[in-house]
Amino acid sequence: MPRVTVTVDGVAYEEEVEPRLLLVHFLRDRLGRTGTPVGCDTGNCGSCTVMLDGRSAKSCSVLAVQADGSDVVTVEGLASGGELHPMQRAFHEEHALQCGYCTPGMIMAAIDLLRDDPDPSEEAVRQGLKGNLCRCTGYCTIVRAVRRGARAMSGEPPGETAGETAGETAGETAGETAGEPVGEGVAAP
Amino acid sequence: MTEQLDAGLVARRIAESDQVGEPRNPAEGREVGRARRRREDARLITGRTRWTDNIQFPGMLHVAFLRSPMAHARLTRVDVSAALAMPGVVAAFSGRDFDGEQGSLPCAWPVSEDVVIPDHPPMAVDRVRYVGEAVACVVATDRYKAADALEAIEADYEPLEAVLDMTEALADGAPAVHEAGNQAFTWKFSGGDAGAAFRDAPVVIDRTYVQQRLIPTAMEPRAVVAAPEGEGFTLYSATQIPHILRVMLALTTGIPEHLLRVVAPDVGGGFGSKLQVTAEEVLGLLLARRLGRPVKWTESRSEGNLTVHHGRDQIQRISLAAERDGRIRGVRVDLLADMGAYLMLVTPGVPLLGAFMYNGIYKMDAYDFTCTGVFTTKMPTDAYRGAGRPEATFAIERAVDELAAELDLDPVEVRRRNWISREEFPYTTVAGLTYDSGDYEAATERALALLGYDKLRAEQADRRERRDPVQLGIGVSTYTEMCGLAPSRVLGSLSYGAGGWEHATVRLLPTGKVEVVTGTSPHGQGHETSWSQIAADALGVPFEDVSVLHGDTAVSPRGMDTYGSRSLVVGGVAVLAACEKVKEKAKRLAAHLLEAADDDIEFADGVFRVRGTGLGGAGRTVQELALAAFAAHDLPDGFEPRLDADATFDPENFSFPHGTHLCAVEVDTETGTVAIRSYVAVDDVGRVVNPLIVEGQVHGGIAQGIGQALFEEAVYDPEGNLLTTTMADYLIPSAADLPDFVTDRTETPATSNPLGVKGVGEAGTIASTPAVVNAVVDALRPYGVHDVPMPCTPERVWRVLARSGASADRAGAVRRDENDGGAQ
Ligand code: FES
Ligand code: FES
Repeated sequence: MPRVTVTVDGVAYEEEVEPRLLLVHFLRDRLGRTGTPVGCDTGNCGSCTVMLDGRSAKSCSVLAVQADGSDVVTVEGLASGGELHPMQRAFHEEHALQCGYCTPGMIMAAIDLLRDDPDPSEEAVRQGLKGNLCRCTGYCTIVRAVRRGARAMSGEPPGETAGETAGETAGETAGETAGEPVGEGVAAP
Repeated sequence: MTEQLDAGLVARRIAESDQVGEPRNPAEGREVGRARRRREDARLITGRTRWTDNIQFPGMLHVAFLRSPMAHARLTRVDVSAALAMPGVVAAFSGRDFDGEQGSLPCAWPVSEDVVIPDHPPMAVDRVRYVGEAVACVVATDRYKAADALEAIEADYEPLEAVLDMTEALADGAPAVHEAGNQAFTWKFSGGDAGAAFRDAPVVIDRTYVQQRLIPTAMEPRAVVAAPEGEGFTLYSATQIPHILRVMLALTTGIPEHLLRVVAPDVGGGFGSKLQVTAEEVLGLLLARRLGRPVKWTESRSEGNLTVHHGRDQIQRISLAAERDGRIRGVRVDLLADMGAYLMLVTPGVPLLGAFMYNGIYKMDAYDFTCTGVFTTKMPTDAYRGAGRPEATFAIERAVDELAAELDLDPVEVRRRNWISREEFPYTTVAGLTYDSGDYEAATERALALLGYDKLRAEQADRRERRDPVQLGIGVSTYTEMCGLAPSRVLGSLSYGAGGWEHATVRLLPTGKVEVVTGTSPHGQGHETSWSQIAADALGVPFEDVSVLHGDTAVSPRGMDTYGSRSLVVGGVAVLAACEKVKEKAKRLAAHLLEAADDDIEFADGVFRVRGTGLGGAGRTVQELALAAFAAHDLPDGFEPRLDADATFDPENFSFPHGTHLCAVEVDTETGTVAIRSYVAVDDVGRVVNPLIVEGQVHGGIAQGIGQALFEEAVYDPEGNLLTTTMADYLIPSAADLPDFVTDRTETPATSNPLGVKGVGEAGTIASTPAVVNAVVDALRPYGVHDVPMPCTPERVWRVLARSGASADRAGAVRRDENDGGAQ
């Protein structure tokens, strides 16, 4: 059986694997790194996204043997020293997850997206994340989170609250949509 | 090596940074109404989640199922012997091997006297009735080896004719799915005199709509781990219903209920699809019992698309009688509902949940409903987000738009002329439900303003005038739903097999911290956060001092679980009720310690004081009382040394969230492409515990409803093979397919529960499908289009336009309709 050497979240592993073993199953079943889930069997959902040598990859579409000699970072390795990665924090702050199943992949894909476009527009985030599916959120809060994470990663203060972000992106007719109570004038008598 | 994560530290840091946001209304309490960020997130964003598939036990085996490739066949032979010789294989079984042991998968909703509930063995024995039905299984040392060995199993089939079309299934001489025939049940209901309403009606709208079959597609595939433990078994399952599942599994497998523990660990979405008692759960338990070892089964997505129950699949004929001024006289509905091959947990009940909703938010004199459940050789259908109510809302909201078009009235105006006005609540509808509260005017006015309705209508008129190949359509959807599946008495009268109450336990621990045990079973809804907010306010303790336990029948022994937008409306209220009971006990203890009469004690901000002594007066905090109860040194006579309480809540009525959703689409008449330009939702879900969570539920619901309107359809070929087995074929919306949603709320509290809450889980899905389709049809009305079947894909839109002769005579069509369009 082939032998692979990989670093996962900073820990070096050397293992014998079947040539057909998928990287995601290697991570989950062999190394016990279960933070990265599997959502499909056709490479469509993105739940399994990890960083492979610094770029995002769907770990269900990579064989463990192909990762030989690579550095893998999963959602479990993002936080350091008890501090969340700014993108993790942004997902929490914008309520960008419900069941959380898509979240590990979504966070990894978002971080990768920012490497190419550190200050993405709403549209750029939507296009950039179309390989990551979420059934719970409707994506609005994910888009907000990615843009908030981008600001935090570029050193800008997060500045706006969720409500303000929504107002900004929803155009002139939009009301506040989150994070704040609806104004008095709106509530029914 | 990077520093390893200290989960506790991260959680604390998150909590510190979350000290934001003022309480909504200090008089109402500090927590309820506040946009609390979720405490669940810490584990979910760091990959420390407990999905069922993460579970590993020493000696655990993996199960794989061989599934029928035939839609309908006699299963003449299954031979697993070659599989047994494969590497790593520990056991392999066919359906016959479980004869006498596997029982029948339960249907808990025998809706009518005439209902036919066919035997439904978890593993087929001599007949298969849909593609994907399990016919054999392999148990091996890892999941790859189990999958390999499936290929060595030999199964022989004698094909029978597939039954795919509901109308053909009911015709004389149709091949029978079950011995008793293809009709599962008929169910009729009426209010008022529909004959009179339709007789000489000035306007009758008569339409047929197809609710296509959908695949719920929770992102976490199903997974089951069954483990022998002590004298009994523990079943871990990605389920929405650990409590119901435990009862049902005990009844199905004969494993005594008290020796069966069911755990729903973190569950990655459900949307009704995990409201089920599945073949894999039953067989997993039987295998663990037979082999004496823990077994795991995790489905692949393509296996899931085949075998997770599907949703919708109805043909709806709706007729609406009206006056020429647009006032509705009555509605008739004739429904065919595809059950698929068997009746699963609540399969036949789903269309009935819609039966009381076809009158929508409108006043009318008469209503007539008939439903026929039909067996076909497809995957069974069952609850999918909204369950019956999205279908009903779609039909009435589409028909009301057709009425508006027929009368050349603005669709909002027709609704205004018919809806229950704010002064008329409580209002008993023609379907017999009493809507307790609502304000359709306020929600609609707000939605119109947020969308900029008048401006968009002007632009629409302009585009029609210019014969713009990209036409603008505006869709309106006003909805209400019977929500918070509850009143046990009502559910009983509908022949449902269980009650609708919910349970909570609240315990003050000796150090003053609080444990809330809930019978709800969240899978993304954030109950740990919302229930903490409710308990923190009720007991006057910090949010951080509360923890919420759920999803394990050993921890939370009583409950009715999570579905039907019921959790807050029933379960959240049960938490409040348990807190009130704890407070009553605490008050007695405080009176004793303060040497006052019980009635002289008042409670504010977490402190019990003698009335009239003011804030400076002597008092006992909740925490002090918790310790005093634990120490038990000085208790009133007969006082048990604990401050905890159980409560159940069973409301007298459903709750009725409502709202107005508006959607503007651009339809390219040359390519058929539909693009959503803006989407506005104003919902009234009563009082709001956590606005962040409410907004998230609305967003996700809208996205799923848009999925039905534009993208999603489970397609079977003429032989009964499912063609949409992957996420490349069954298209759920991606971020690039959806716009930003503009959401807002009005707030008329529910009167049926002390929190005033109405439920929000299904609202978005119910409202958005008709809003989008109404918009698409609205864009195309100048072309003589009155309907576009769902999903409104570019191909479908293009075909509808081609049939309407639009491409040949677009200019003429637009000109003809100039006076129709843009009615204000
Ligand atoms: S698991 Fe779906 S893309 Fe990898
Ligand atoms: S949060 Fe559930 S799938 Fe994205």
